[in-house]
Amino acid sequence: MTIRKPVAAQRARPFTQWLVGLISSEYLVFGLTLLLVALLAPFTPGLVSIANLLNIAGYLLPLFIVAIGVTLVMITGGIDLSVTSVIALTSVVGAKLISADGSATPTVVGLVAMLALGAGLGAVNGGIITCLRLPAFIVTLASMMFLSGFAVWITQSKNIYNLPASFLALGKQLSIALGLTITLALCVQVVLQRTVYGRWLYAVGQNPTAAYISGVPVRAVTFAAYVVSGFCAALASVMLSARLETGSPVLGREILLDIIGATVVGGTSLFGGKGKIAWTFFGVLFLTVLDNALNLLNLSQFAITIAKGTVILLAAVLDATRHRLGRQNA
Amino acid sequence: MSTPLLEFDAVEKSFFGVKVLKGVSFNIPEGGMVGLVGENGAGKSTLMNILGGNLQPSAGSLRFGGESYAPQNSGDAARQGIAFIHQELNLFPNLSIAENIFLTCFPRMGAIPLIDRTEVSRRAAKLLRDVGLGLSPERLVETLSTGQRQLVEIAKALSIETRLIIFDEPTTSLSERETLQLFALIARLRSRGLAMIYISHTLADVFRLCDDLVALRDGEVVGCGPAKSFTSASLVALMVGRTMTQLFPDRRSSTPPREAVFEVHKVRRIDVPNYVSFCLHQGEVLGLSGLMGAGRSELARVLFGLDPRESGTILLDGEVIDSLSPRDLIGRGVAFLTENRRSEGLCLDASIAENLTLATLAEHAQNPLRWLSAKSLQTAVSNIRQAVGLDSKTGDGQCVRSLSGGNQQKIVLGKWLLLKPRVLILDEPTRGIDVGAKYEIYRLIQELADSGAGVLVISSEMEELMGICDRILVMRSAAIVDELGRAEFDRERILHGAFGTEIAR
Repeated sequence: MTIRKPVAAQRARPFTQWLVGLISSEYLVFGLTLLLVALLAPFTPGLVSIANLLNIAGYLLPLFIVAIGVTLVMITGGIDLSVTSVIALTSVVGAKLISADGSATPTVVGLVAMLALGAGLGAVNGGIITCLRLPAFIVTLASMMFLSGFAVWITQSKNIYNLPASFLALGKQLSIALGLTITLALCVQVVLQRTVYGRWLYAVGQNPTAAYISGVPVRAVTFAAYVVSGFCAALASVMLSARLETGSPVLGREILLDIIGATVVGGTSLFGGKGKIAWTFFGVLFLTVLDNALNLLNLSQFAITIAKGTVILLAAVLDATRHRLGRQNA
Repeated sequence: MSTPLLEFDAVEKSFFGVKVLKGVSFNIPEGGMVGLVGENGAGKSTLMNILGGNLQPSAGSLRFGGESYAPQNSGDAARQGIAFIHQELNLFPNLSIAENIFLTCFPRMGAIPLIDRTEVSRRAAKLLRDVGLGLSPERLVETLSTGQRQLVEIAKALSIETRLIIFDEPTTSLSERETLQLFALIARLRSRGLAMIYISHTLADVFRLCDDLVALRDGEVVGCGPAKSFTSASLVALMVGRTMTQLFPDRRSSTPPREAVFEVHKVRRIDVPNYVSFCLHQGEVLGLSGLMGAGRSELARVLFGLDPRESGTILLDGEVIDSLSPRDLIGRGVAFLTENRRSEGLCLDASIAENLTLATLAEHAQNPLRWLSAKSLQTAVSNIRQAVGLDSKTGDGQCVRSLSGGNQQKIVLGKWLLLKPRVLILDEPTRGIDVGAKYEIYRLIQELADSGAGVLVISSEMEELMGICDRILVMRSAAIVDELGRAEFDRERILHGAFGTEIAR
């Protein structure tokens, strides 16, 4: 799935050619991140400090994990809006299980239960979307509202504390989160690139009819993407809950648009058939660094939100431009 | 002849460097009726797309009503008073007849930007009377038959000041009675002084209706003049050209009947009264002929499990297949090349290699993790590229969208050949591709049959079926009405079966 070198550019003037090459490059977003840091570092004390980098990493890793699952769903041409509600629900269910105030089951059991619940909720989404042939947008919107309400209801809107030390350790050590994230990212990228399932996933996103006629089990492939998405959300929930030492029914509520925005900024197409884990990483990195830098510049949260919205819109324009360039040169 | 209404002057058009129109020049006189004939791919559609503003000519010019005419879009053509009645009608089934007619120019209440409902009904009713359609303008289009819809299209064309109407294969999906009604309407419109271009494969109709004829072949005008100066035979000879005999690879002399590989027994699709039964043998190329709407593609879709079947059995190598789904059938070596290669055959934004291997990925992942072997994939891709004769200039990673229709079709075919199918069903395998690529496709079909597979070919081009098949079945109204062995191939007999009537000569 590499970006193709446009043919027409060879006839164009060098500058145009350079510009087309730049827009089409898959490292464009990564380059922009570096540029952003280089531009803002002189005015932003503490942007490039160890403490801040750790801070960025702590925020970025769970976001990236959720975005990995969302990337798979978006490659099929779908969308998963329910991920943040899955984070919240798995957080409170897990916390209720393992908290000293709750049933105090062993941490491992709680962890397995959280991940299984996440995957199960993804399966429900995927099942409804593929079996009833409903649009992913409306199904996951409904499950977002349902699960979010459900999480608040079972906790009576209270946070759950007194989580066991063995669970909290997962949040204290950045290396654990880092190791987990890297392993997951590499595994998923390898699956996408080197397995039958990966090829099928792209084919389903590019042309579901052609894929079906070619013998691709379109429904099963789509279903699996939602299961992975739910699983990834649950994994992110483990990391977030452990770091905040809380089971919270509103956990992750504000990061939904960051997740989808970052995936689009990275270059995964909302229309399906296109996407890479590395791209999503670049997108998450860019949005996180932007958010962090603007925070350090003491901009208000509203200004930051406006800036992020602008960037996401620009990314969508960029995606459309790439698409058009690709067709023109066809 | 007075000043011409429309003049084509040395119009040329190229796609991907292939010239599909090579300097086409002819005139349509004011109030004249010109028949445009030619095989599929002769350039008729391209020419009409240029006239309608959907395509721009690479060279040459058009003049309409004595003035230079260079439409940039379909709106330009409509403003000039040029209307198209297409094979596939462009109506909105969810709207009423009146709404469809006035969609682009609703009558307003004077200066107020509101639609004048009474005026709409009054004018619609008058237009419907003009075209002889005795229905309420409030009827929804989805409740109309194809013939009635066509009349609505014509009424729509008459609602604006139309000076030229183009009929593109108007009779293919009409009943005999509807056809006669249409011809009567055409005669009435002519008496009003409207000019018309009539495109059809039914030569008898063309002779019956038109004053002048223009024959196209491979993007060139090969015959042009009064209809009286042609005969059916001379026109066919012009359209087909001398190269006809070289269009098809030699079919080996008839082989003794072999074992049945694919048997269809009394299969019926939902909502259709007729059964279909036939048998496809090993090494046989079996053709399925018939008019558009005869149910050929629909039958193929049922056989491949894309549409539900009401009843009937299907046997592969003598074994009954219960569950019909593309996945199961592919697993058993049945493949289906659909008629819409862009929407159903290819992932246009994926690469050549990805498209070629899509149906056979599992073969390259013979391990528990379903890990793909890059080497095995690469070998398969380069072998099949060579086999289908795909241009070596294009890389394996090139996106399929950028290829010509012929190369795209070779990729879809290559995808299925990699499966080494026992049975291959092809629906219009050469639609919209150039002559050279056609020959390659025919060659591949022959080779596959020679290797022992059964091939079922659906085609609207009779010459194509007669050129490559061992046997031809003729379909009409979702039933098989005739069967011809290679020795009995006869254009007239096939048409006779397809129309269900004696063809007027």
